[in-house]
Amino acid sequence: MILEARDLTVGYGSHAVGSGFNVAISGGEVLALLGPNGGGKTTLLKTLLGLLPPLEGEIRLSDATLAKLSVRERARHVAYVPQVHSGLFAFSVEELVLMGRSAHTPLLAGPSQLDRDITRATIERLGIRHLAQKPYTQISGGERQLALVARALAQEPRLVIFDEPTASLDFGNQGKVMQEVRRLAADGLGVIFSTHDPNQALRHADRALLLRDGRTLALGRSRDVITQENLRALYGTDILKVGAGGEAAFLPG
Amino acid sequence: MRQSLGGGLAVASLILIAGIAIAFAIGRYPISLIELGRVLLAKITGEPSALSPAVETVIWQIRGPRVVAAVLVGAGLSVAGAAFQGLFRNPLVSPDILGASSGAALGAVLGIYFSLGVFGIQGLAFIGGLAAVIAVYGIGSALRGGDTILVLVLTGVVVGSLLGAGIGLIKYLADPYNQLPAITFWLLGSLSATSPSDLLPLLGPVLAGTFVLLALRWRMNAMSLPEEEARALGIPTGLLRAAVVAAATLATAASVSAAGIIGWVGLVVPHLARFLVGPSFPRLLPTTAILGGGYLLLIDTLARTMAVVEVPLGILTAVIGTPFFIALLRQAHRSWS
Repeated sequence: MILEARDLTVGYGSHAVGSGFNVAISGGEVLALLGPNGGGKTTLLKTLLGLLPPLEGEIRLSDATLAKLSVRERARHVAYVPQVHSGLFAFSVEELVLMGRSAHTPLLAGPSQLDRDITRATIERLGIRHLAQKPYTQISGGERQLALVARALAQEPRLVIFDEPTASLDFGNQGKVMQEVRRLAADGLGVIFSTHDPNQALRHADRALLLRDGRTLALGRSRDVITQENLRALYGTDILKVGAGGEAAFLPG
Repeated sequence: MRQSLGGGLAVASLILIAGIAIAFAIGRYPISLIELGRVLLAKITGEPSALSPAVETVIWQIRGPRVVAAVLVGAGLSVAGAAFQGLFRNPLVSPDILGASSGAALGAVLGIYFSLGVFGIQGLAFIGGLAAVIAVYGIGSALRGGDTILVLVLTGVVVGSLLGAGIGLIKYLADPYNQLPAITFWLLGSLSATSPSDLLPLLGPVLAGTFVLLALRWRMNAMSLPEEEARALGIPTGLLRAAVVAAATLATAASVSAAGIIGWVGLVVPHLARFLVGPSFPRLLPTTAILGGGYLLLIDTLARTMAVVEVPLGILTAVIGTPFFIALLRQAHRSWS
């Protein structure tokens, strides 16, 4: 078990956004958080990242309590891939990925040869070596997302948490990024991602947590919990099912 | 035109050396680099330089201190500007943003109003600058919730305008024949009154602030990301932000207390340096420091020599800075490379 959270209440300050969450993830496993906007997905993600303290309950890593780790120690366990943003300063992709080594480098020191080697290797691994010297602000959305994944990998974490990894990507790039998600799990990392797309959770996640209004609606193997009935309850609207078995997909309306 | 750190430093150093040569060569007593070298060498070896005492006086008492002050003030304001731009994720901010400049200005104007000596004025300017930043930072932190950075910047604007009102009040109350001209001249920014004794209170804080910012340069790329992203990368943002704010304010307040309000330098120079070496802070900060020194020295030489009377430095930096700012706005939201 890489991360285990029990009876978690999440929220900001004294304002609880959701409660009763039980999340556990092992190496090699992908967990999807699925639900409508305002349901508490983002708050739960931030709490699992240690960016927000849990209001109740505890988050345990294999050998430590998340809340007791320093910012730097935490970053060596859990990495975050944010939604693709446009960036502000035109750092090169290599400089961006090198930031992933921050938690491994002494506070006042520059990158070591090891840091540079790991940076190069993760860029290589994601197949974006041709972009290494390009400004992050001048590459496509899909390429940016791959660069952000490379940065998370450079952190050498055991768990990677994605916030809507395909939110602003075109169809083809969505596939590319989700393949990378699966590859991370194949290499033994735990992966958690939030999504709006039930089909994505069904296809790429081993397990899914369906949450609505700050509560867990269902938690289990994706193909068991992502059903027409559950999705109707989750989104409060009619859902159309096409195909059957492993090929099933859902359409809204 | 993006260069390596070595290339960028070489260009910046050339500009600085050219600035020094021009600053000594132009003026009522032109001094060549050879003469300057001979005087410096004589000082080191203890031998007489065989040059006229007038040349020595100009170098040690008049032009030399002014050149050193211009380089230090330029470097301090520029590095502080680059640091603030990264920290507030806004390439359009400058050291004035946290009220450092207006706080220092109010302190100095109070000192002139109460007819304190040079040290009293400098001390009050320094205290005013630091107090303004602590106030802005304190209020900004107390108003938690929402975008911390935006709250902080807005608080800076509000506090800055209150300080401006305070300066206006003192100008209104000041003796129009003795104090008001001094206050006005100081607010416009000038290095003309620099004496050797002014250098020490300037040197220490500017060097200390610049040193801290340079030491933190490896973490500043990640600190320029949205706060949660930076923390997830393992950056202790609270601690580092406080350190950057303190160091940049120290350099700014010392510069303002020595030379008055010299705007725009902290905005213009980091952009010129970015043009040379790109936006990555480990390359940007050292280049900015050297380039800022050369930039302000060249402008100060212009201010000193372009007209029969000396043109206030702050006016020249504004004349150069304003069109620069408009050009930046034009390309805003494109890349800040």
